[in-house]
Order: sequence, then structure tokens, then C-alpha cells
Amino acid sequence: MLDIRDLSAGVDGKEILKGLSLSIKAGEVHALMGPNGSGKSTLAGVLAGRSEYVVTGGGVTFNGADLLEMKPEERARAGVFLAFQYPVEIPGVNSTYFLKAALNECRKARHEEELDAVEFLALVKSKTKLLELDPALLNRPVNEGFSGGEKKRNEIFQMAVLEPKLAILDETDSGLDIDALRIVAGGVNKLRRPDNAALVITHYQRLLNYIVPDFVHVLVNGRIVKSGGKELALELEKRGYDWILEGVAASGKA
Amino acid sequence: MQTHTDKPPQTTANVELLAAALGAFDSAPAGANPPWLKSIREQARARASQLGFPNTRQEEWRFTNMAPLLQLPLHAAAANGRGLSARDIAPFRLFADGPCLVFVDGMFRKDLSALPGNGGALKIGGLRDQLAANPRELETDLARHAACDGNFFTALNTAFFQDGAFIYVPADATAEEPVQLLFLASSGRPGATAHPRNLILAGKRSGLKVVESYASLTDAAHVTNAVTELVLGPEARVEHCRLQNENGRAFHVSTVQAVQAGGSHWISHSIATGARIARNQVQTLLTAEGAEAVLNGLFLGRDEQLIDHHTVVDHAGPRCESHEFFHGILSGRSHGVFNGKIFVRQDAQKTNAKQTNRNLVLSDSASIDTKPQLEIFADDVKCTHGATVGQLDQEALFYLRARGIGADQARRMLIRAFASDVVERITMAPARERLEELLAGRFDGAAI
Ligand SMILES: Nc1ncnc2c1ncn2[C@@H]1O[C@H](COP(=O)(O)OP(=O)(O)OP(=O)(O)O)[C@@H](O)[C@H]1O
Ligand SMILES: [Mg+2]
Repeated sequence: MLDIRDLSAGVDGKEILKGLSLSIKAGEVHALMGPNGSGKSTLAGVLAGRSEYVVTGGGVTFNGADLLEMKPEERARAGVFLAFQYPVEIPGVNSTYFLKAALNECRKARHEEELDAVEFLALVKSKTKLLELDPALLNRPVNEGFSGGEKKRNEIFQMAVLEPKLAILDETDSGLDIDALRIVAGGVNKLRRPDNAALVITHYQRLLNYIVPDFVHVLVNGRIVKSGGKELALELEKRGYDWILEGVAASGKA
Repeated sequence: MQTHTDKPPQTTANVELLAAALGAFDSAPAGANPPWLKSIREQARARASQLGFPNTRQEEWRFTNMAPLLQLPLHAAAANGRGLSARDIAPFRLFADGPCLVFVDGMFRKDLSALPGNGGALKIGGLRDQLAANPRELETDLARHAACDGNFFTALNTAFFQDGAFIYVPADATAEEPVQLLFLASSGRPGATAHPRNLILAGKRSGLKVVESYASLTDAAHVTNAVTELVLGPEARVEHCRLQNENGRAFHVSTVQAVQAGGSHWISHSIATGARIARNQVQTLLTAEGAEAVLNGLFLGRDEQLIDHHTVVDHAGPRCESHEFFHGILSGRSHGVFNGKIFVRQDAQKTNAKQTNRNLVLSDSASIDTKPQLEIFADDVKCTHGATVGQLDQEALFYLRARGIGADQARRMLIRAFASDVVERITMAPARERLEELLAGRFDGAAI
């Protein structure tokens, strides 16, 4: 589904991703871990189409198409979804209105009928239940005045409504209390299907107890330096990153 | 765009020229110009001569160069628009039913207007007719409130106005439906000038909603110089919306002056989207205890437009409140000007005055000059003001796009969001909807 080959990217002159490769197939969940500042959010941003990042090498294909050639909205319509690490507040834009517009754009791109207000509200109702999200939040402007946890939950709620093919969750677990974590992770699990996939960025093994990954990757200094199964996350939890960093240094790659 | 070349200041000669060109009222029937009004007009004309045509060396006109107006072959517009029919008017009507007074080139057109049936509380009609029929009713208020001292254009209007709207709601009456005053410029000749003059009297505890809308039927560079005086009796409640959407060559100058008795509530909306140069004065005098004014405004500039608002909130009585919200959205090479004066006089203790001016600048070549001006002579008052100038929030834009919303639509959503507080303060749904349409059609990708 997603094929990242030798990707280098950065911001004006500063290289952040330094030849990163990663393949994600339909039905898989990949976890991406790594120290602060290693480039996890940058990767998510490059995949979602943030214009401040300049790609200096390599490429990305998504279901065969050149992802990097697409505008952010085209990527979204093609089924790429980024759950933001820091969702922005948008005063004056009503949540429901915004999400209906977004969904109908995605549906149009998939050659599906647009939903009318009644159908949309029915869908919203079922998805708010799934994520135990207070429907009253949706009468407010997008994320405005939402608590940290509400913002994160709202991201996954939007994902549930838009039903993307590839979900990129950037530290969705941070800021969630224990119950919310369980609910949000449960929601993500319920949305798992053989034809979609997820890239879960996290610092904590705890989330991966709920969303069990098929693969775990460790990103250090713009490169994936280690990949493994779900037990790699457990090991990181126990031992931290030092042993990996040492290994990298020893092999002379960092 | 206005040129900043230093022209010699205009002299009295211009006023005499203007007088010759615009003084059509001299030929009006004597009945429409009673002696008291005649003397007010003569004073106003003398005042205009003294003041001279504004120039950018005057503080009040520093950012707004009106000189291009003088390049036009100015003439009184009054005789135009005879061939118009109700069908030409229909697209401009905001309220399907309800009173609508139509003015073409400044003159009341009863044949095109919808007047309320007899028996209603409202007295409403053309000012000229009212002057001819019942000048007494006007004597205490007409041209008594909008000061000519400092404003050349108000003086000019006072000297030369020919017609306009007269609305009177008696004490304890509430007008059931909003009233629309529709001002259309029909002349195809550049320089056609109208001086509409409106007087709105709201008696004690009365209620009224009015929309004044200004539009052009041609692309010609016409001139509107309008003055509206509103007199609110004790506890009267008036909502007044001004919707100016004239063509991009027009010049539009206006003064709205309210005078508020104790406990009255005035909400004013000044929506300015049209004209090449627009200068609007929105002013209120809070005369007695417990009066409240809300000055709401939205200006949308594009291309080379210059849109200027000068507001004056004059707190003369104690315990009055004023809330001022002006939002500007500027694209292309347009220029916005906002100047907000708040006076708190010595007796105006416990005043609560608030002013905000927020601006969204959508292009590198657009600009805004904003300035609060507070003069406070009482000690126990609460006055706040703030101005911001910003661009579209790129993070918000990316968020919307990352959910599948196209760039243009995302921009429109954010622009609409920026305007939303101001739009939502308008309680008259059709006026609000017209504004929404304007907003939606206004900032397509190319215009930003
Ligand atoms: N727009 C930007 N401008 C300048 N520097 C940037 C920008 N985006 C990222 N960086 C820098 O690139 C590096 C990687 O940042 P990134 O946000 O991708 O890290 P991360 O792995 O997500 O970290 P965290 O775990 O703290 O979220 C950091 O040093 C960061 O300061
Ligand atoms: Mg990050």
C-alpha cells in the first residue's frame, strides 16, 4: 500500500529524514518509535503533504501512485489520514459542517454519493458512540476549547467517519487518560480491516498493548535503525534507546 | 489606487464649483425648503467652503486621499433612472414582503417602493415629500445631529441633499417587519452624484430594524454622499444595517450619526464591500444613563479598493456601554483604514467601552492602517481596545486540506470563519444571508 524508498527531506537546508525506507501492506499495523526530535512527525508531515518540508531524495508511492506529487487534499481523498500530534483550533468553523464537507469530498473522490444532512448525522451518531465522544463537542468550532484528550479523541473520531486506507497516528496516546486510551485504541481496533493499514507513532509500549502492531520500527536521526516484531517495543520500554544508539554508533552509520 | 502625490490643498473655489454642479436643490419647490432648513443649508455651505476639500495633510484624511473624486465630471444625478421597473429592483430586495423604500440616484421612487399598509405603527416615506407635507415634524431633528463642523462631506450633504428616507416609530410601538431602504445608482455617466439624507426617529420604548443598502445598476463612476441621522428615545431599540456594495469605480462617502437617550439600545452594522474609495463615519452620542451601542462592522477590500471607517462613540451620560467590533478582510492591493474614537466625558462615570479591530490581510500588497483614539475625562471607567493584523492561519489551512477539503474551499471557510462573529450579530436573516453570499462569491482562489 505504502512504499517509502530512501526518503530524504528537511526544512530549508536542514536535513531531517536521511534516507528512510519503509513498506506497509494492507492489513498491517506498523509502530514507529524513536527519541524526541528523531523525525517521526516530520515523516508524518511529509506523507500528509506539509509544504514546509522539502523532499531532497527518494520517493513514496501510495497504492502505486506517486504520493509526493499529490496535494494534501488529494492525498486525503485517496485515503491518507493524519491524526495530528497537535490538532489546531479553528475558531468560526463549525465541527459538523467541516466534517461533512471533508467526508463528501472524500466520497466524491471515491465516486460515492454525497451524504445528505440526515444520513451524515446518523453516521456521526454511530461514530461518536464508538469513541464515546460527547456529541455536544461537534456543535462547537473545530477543536476550539477542547481539552487535550478531547482533541485526540476527536482526531480518531474524524478518522472513523472518513474511513481512510492508511491512518497515520502521531502520538495519539499522549494526553489521553487511561480510560480514554482504552476507548480510543478500541476504536482504532474496530476500524481495522484487511484492506486498510496504520502507522502508529508513539513513545509508549502501553498503547501497543491495545493496538497490537505487526511491526515496530525505531527511528533515530532520520533513519530507521531497527525493525522487529511487537516484542521490540517491550524491549525498548525496558532498556530505552541507548543500546540501539550504541549499536548504530558501532556500525558507523549515525 | 490613490496617488500620494502632493497636490495643493483644495480651496473654496472647488466648493463653489461643486455648488454650481450639485446645487440642484435651489430649484426645488419652495415648500420643500422651509426657512429653518434654508438657514441650516446656508451655514453648511459656508462651512464646506471654509473646510475646503479634504486632503491627506489633515489628520482625519491622512490615509484616504479623496482627490481622485475631483477628476470626475461631477453633476447632480437626480434626473436619471426613469425607465426602471419593479423587475429591475427585485434582485436587490432583501425582504420578500415588508416595507421597501426605493431611491434611484438619490430620489425617492414611490412607484417602485413597497409601503406598509395604513394602520401600522410606522410612518415611513420620502423625506422630500415629508418636507413638503409636514415640515414641522422634521424641524427639531433634521440636520440637527450630524455635525458639519469637521466634516466637509456631511456639510456638503446638508447643503445639497434633495431626498432620502423618513422613518418614524411612535412611542411604545414596534415595527413588525424590518424596513429596507434601497439606494440605486442608475446613471451611465461618470460623476453623477447623489446626496441621500435619511432621518430615523424612534420614540420612547419603540423598536425598529432597518437595512440601508447601496448598489449600482451600471459600471459608471458615480458618487454617493449619504447621511443618516437616527434619534433614539428613552429605551428605544434600533438595529441599523448598512450594506454598501456599489460598483468598483464608485466613490462612497457616508455618515451615520445616532443620538441615544437613556436606556436606549442601538446596534449598527456597517458592511462595506463596494466602491473604489469608501469612507464611512459611524458615530453615536450616548446622552444619558444606561444607553448601549453596538458598532459592528465588516469591510471587504479587493483589487485597488480603499475602504475607510472612522467611528466615534461619545459617552456623555453615565453607565453607558459601547461595544465596537470591526473586522477587515483585504486582498489584492486593497487598503483598509480604521480609526476608532471613544470619548468619555466628565459626567460619564461607570462607562464601559470596548473596541476591537481585527484584520485579515490576504495578500502582500494589501494593507491596513488602524488606530484607536481614546479620550477619557471621567475617572471611574472601563475602556479597552485592541487591533490585530494577521494572515490566514496556515496550520488551520493545512488541517482542513489534510481532511480532503480543497485549498480554495478551505480558504473560503477560514475567511468566512473570520467574519463569522460580525455576520452573526446581524439578527435580520435575509441581510445576513445576502452577506454570506457576498462572502462566498468574493474570495475565490484568483482574488487572493
Ligand atoms: N518546520 C520545522 N522547522 C524547523 N525545524 C523543524 C521543523 N520540523 C521539524 N524540525 C526539526 O526536525 C527535528 C525532527 O522533528 P520531529 O517533529 O519530526 O521530531 P519527532 O520525532 O516527532 O519528535 P517528538 O517525539 O518530540 O514528537 C527536530 O529537531 C525539529 O526541531
Ligand atoms: Mg512528533
